[in-house]
Order: sequence, then structure tokens, then C-alpha cells
Amino acid sequence: MSDVFIAFQDNEDSRPIIEAILADNANAEASYPTGLVKINAPTNLVIRRKSIEDLIGRSFNLQQIHVNLVTLSGHIDEDDDQFSLSWTH
Amino acid sequence: MDTPVIKKKLGLKDRYAAMTRELAWDTTYQPMDKVFPYDKYEGIKIHDWDKWEDPFRLTMDAYWKYQGEKEKKLYAVIEAFAQNNGQLGITDARYVNALKLFLTGVTPLEYYAYRGFAHAGRQFTGAGARVACQMQSIDELRHYQTETHALSHYNKYFNGLHSPQHMFDRVWYLSVPKSFFEDAYTGGPFEFLTAVSFSFEYVLTNLLFVPFMSGAAHNGDMSTVTFGFSAQSDESRHMTLGIECIKFMLEQDPDNVPIVQRWIDKWFWRGYRLLSIVAMMQDYMLPKRVMSWRESWEMYVEENGEALFRDLARYGIRKPKGWIQACEGKDHISHQTFAVFYNYNAAAAIHTWVPKEEEMDWLSEKYPETFDQLYKPRWDYWREQANKGNRFYQKTLPMLCQTCQIPMIFTEPGDATKIAYRESDYLGNKYHCCSDHCKEIFDNEPEKYVQSWLPPQQIYQGHCFKPDVDPTKEGFDPLLAVLDYYNMNVGRDNFDFDGSEDQKNFAAWRGDFTQGAQK
Repeated sequence: MSDVFIAFQDNEDSRPIIEAILADNANAEASYPTGLVKINAPTNLVIRRKSIEDLIGRSFNLQQIHVNLVTLSGHIDEDDDQFSLSWTH
Repeated sequence: MDTPVIKKKLGLKDRYAAMTRELAWDTTYQPMDKVFPYDKYEGIKIHDWDKWEDPFRLTMDAYWKYQGEKEKKLYAVIEAFAQNNGQLGITDARYVNALKLFLTGVTPLEYYAYRGFAHAGRQFTGAGARVACQMQSIDELRHYQTETHALSHYNKYFNGLHSPQHMFDRVWYLSVPKSFFEDAYTGGPFEFLTAVSFSFEYVLTNLLFVPFMSGAAHNGDMSTVTFGFSAQSDESRHMTLGIECIKFMLEQDPDNVPIVQRWIDKWFWRGYRLLSIVAMMQDYMLPKRVMSWRESWEMYVEENGEALFRDLARYGIRKPKGWIQACEGKDHISHQTFAVFYNYNAAAAIHTWVPKEEEMDWLSEKYPETFDQLYKPRWDYWREQANKGNRFYQKTLPMLCQTCQIPMIFTEPGDATKIAYRESDYLGNKYHCCSDHCKEIFDNEPEKYVQSWLPPQQIYQGHCFKPDVDPTKEGFDPLLAVLDYYNMNVGRDNFDFDGSEDQKNFAAWRGDFTQGAQK
């Protein structure tokens, strides 16, 4: 089993995204190298638009994650409602 | 009253398809093969371009919107950094030497990448691949510009940053990144993507843009960390383009597997050698340390690469041939590379130094199996010599590896006390390589690598002097003439940090008292 990961700049814009990821992915773990938040999760990880919107109280376009995204690993599947990373093998 | 027509908005997948491949058409005045002639000769067989999956579904309008937002943030940081004299807030003027290497060795690669992807973005038959390459091409041009803008501030205060593009085309150590990229973009479009998007960006660039940039933040350089993270966020899209391209080739035809495997072997090793310079920046040139090269390698290459190659095993792809040797190298290459720059510092447009005592303690702790045994004794000796006034500068020219163009400084696998030498014969001439893997790359395409522009050979042949130079004149100094050709200011851009103008200026600006300022 391999880890997927995603990292964002450690700033206010990223905070609700990180909170949503940690709430939606029970196995995800965050670490904080200088300037970054890096989240690792075994096999897969999902970012849900709805969870972020519930936290910030307004609509959110998932592609806004590009503004603060730093790096990631795993296969991507993306639509309007969710963005997921996975290793299937 | 008119009833409003409710038009359902297209979902992301449909929107992306409508805005990319549905805008393409098959040509009829000319056959498609004549319009796209360059994606066949490498031997890669493609049966159905519609199977190309676009991992990130970023359409042009969304691209402009979010990249514009990113850029505005970045320029606000750069401007604030300049207005607040951010250069005074960095930990130590030694740090700026990492930026000099970045500006002369990495930033010009962004421009090469822009050209390479513009070319690939024209040449693929499939519209999905073309659009992805075109977007990446724009990213790379943006990176070239943002890095140049961000680092131009340092050029007002520090030496060695004045002629990056000129130096990139001429200076000996910069032929390493230059030849790497020229090798990549003179390949066909599939090899180019395997080289740059997959082997380099997916497997290796995290090392440059993540831990090194964290290091920049740690050393007070907000401007560099911001362009670094901003560039790396595009890198996430590039990496997925790389992995998509690999999967696509492997799924299209089993005959593609051995071709792709050979490219992965080649480009992993080429990229690994290129990153030797990042290893030394990480371990030696960040006065406040965050993470050693070894730790970064383990986190971003070993862990991540294991996952990646486990995933690709189903296609019959294995880890690159040089994998084990590269992993062994994590304990050595930063020390071996910085030692070379220390030696050749008369001919390099950066400053080097002997690490301070507490910095050596950190290296001993991070490299328990190698630093004290193999590398510390050299630093101790050089420091002792420097203190006696014998700061050592190598004045002869090194022998380079014909493939990676790095001086022959790397050691044998399993024996770090012995320099590795390999040689090949081709059409009656002898060619030298630094390792089995560089030799294998040479042996696979000797007709390509015999054309390498190797700086020492070029210097000896008299090709690295300004046009009006007369080598027969009395008192002619070839080394000085070469440095003049490089646009290097001798005495300001080169030599030890101790006693340099950068050191004195920085100390004076900060009001510090240092040994160097006293000199």
C-alpha cells in the first residue's frame, strides 16, 4: 500500500481546504514543513467541494485549489464536486 | 412575459472536452500524417488518441483566472520584499550564492522548457496531448519571467547575478543543465515528455521546489519561496501530464514498453546527475538548515518513487536501472559536489566556503555513516590550509563525463574512496563517462553524445575567448581570458566568501562586525 500526498502553502486560504480534507479522510495526516502543509494518506484521498463550502459559508470552485497548491502524488480524478488522488496498485 | 430558458451548465468533464479536443478537427486538404509528422519516428505506436485522459481539467478561461490570481499574489510579495529591503532579512549573505546558481542554472531551463513544450504542443496528433503541452509551455514562460523578476532584486545588491543567460551559454558548470535540456528537446515529442514531465518533474523536481524552497523560507527569503511554491503548483499539473503520457504509451501497444523503459532508465539518471547541484545547495548553502539532502531524497524520491513504480509494474515497467546507485548516492553527492566548487572557485561565479564548526556538526549528525569518515577530514585540512593563507584553488581544467558533463568526481558504487572512470570507443576515439549509467546512455546513442560541447575541450581548442583576444601576446593568461569571455568580474564574482565584497557589504548594511569586514 502506498501513500498519496498533497501539499499547500500554509496560509489562510488553505486552512478550510486542509480542515475539510482532514475531516473527510479519517486516515489522513498533516505535517508542517516550513511554509507548507503536507497531507499524506494511505492509498487515496478526496477533497469535497461541499465540505469546504460548509466551512467557509459561501460557494467554492474546486479549481481554486490551484492558487495555493504546491505539489501532489497519485492518480487524479477531478470533477465539479470532488478532487481525488489514489494509487490503485 | 418570456419564460427564461434554463440552460444546464456543462459538468467539468464535458466542459473540458468541449473547450479542448472538440475544438480540434481532422485535416482533409492534407493527410493527418503529413500535418503531424514527428510523433511516429521514435517507434511509439498509438492506435487511438481518444484514449488520452486529461488528468487536470483546467480550461483556458480557468487557467487565466487562477494563474492571474497566483501571479498577483506573487508580485505583491516580490514588491513588498523589495520595498522592505528584504535582502537584509536573510540569514547570511552566503545564502545568496544558492540563488546565483538558481538564476544561472535553473531559470534558463524554464525557458528551454517553454520552447520544448511549445514544440511538443504543435507536434502531437492527439488534441488532448497538444492542449496539455501548450498550457505547460505558457507555465514555463511564466516561470522564466517570475524567477527573473524575483531574483533581479538581488542583482542590485550582490555580485554574480548580472549575466545569467550569457553565462548559461558559456560557463563550464552551466553546461550541465544546458546539455541536459538540449538532450531532451532534441529527442522526439514522446521522449521529451518522458524526460521532462515524467522522469524529471514527477520523480525529481519536488526536491528542488519543495524542501529547498522551505529552506529559502527558513532563511528569510520570502520572495524566493513564493515563486518556488507558485512554480511548483504548476509542476503538479506537469507531473500528472508526465504520468498520463507514460500510461497512455504503455496502454496503447506492448511494443512501446521497452522503448519507454529505456527512456525512464536514461532520464532518471540524467535528472539525478543534474540534481547534484541541488543536493549541495540543500546541505551546504542554506545557513539555517531545514532538512538534509538525504532526508529530502528519502521523503520525495524513495517513498514517492516506490509508490509510483509499484503502480507502473502492471505494465511491465520496473524502477530505473540507476535507482539503487542513486539511493546510495544520497549519502555522498552533496559533499562531493560542493568540494568541487570549493576547488574550482576561481572559475565559478559564486562564492564557496568551508562550513562552520556547527554546520559540520549538523552534517555529521545527518550523515552518520559518511561525513566524519570521508568528508570532514578534507574540510578540516582545507580550513587549516586557508587559515595559513593557502586557500587552495584548482587552476587546471577537469575531465568531464561525455554524457552528464559533470567533472569526474563521483565514486564507485560501494567504495566512496575510489573515483569511478568508464570509457567507450567510438569510431576510433575514446570517450569518458562518470558511471555505468552515463556510459550506457552514451553507448545507446553515441552519434548524439560525440557532439557534446564540453567546456574544457572547447577552452583548450581556443573557442572560449573574446574575438579580439591574442593568445600569442606576451603575458597572456588563458584563465583570465576565459573568465572575461564568461562576463565574470574576477575578484568580485568568484573566490572564497571569506573576504568577498558580498560579505563586507552585507556586514556593513546590517551593522555586523565580521572577520571579513575587518579584512
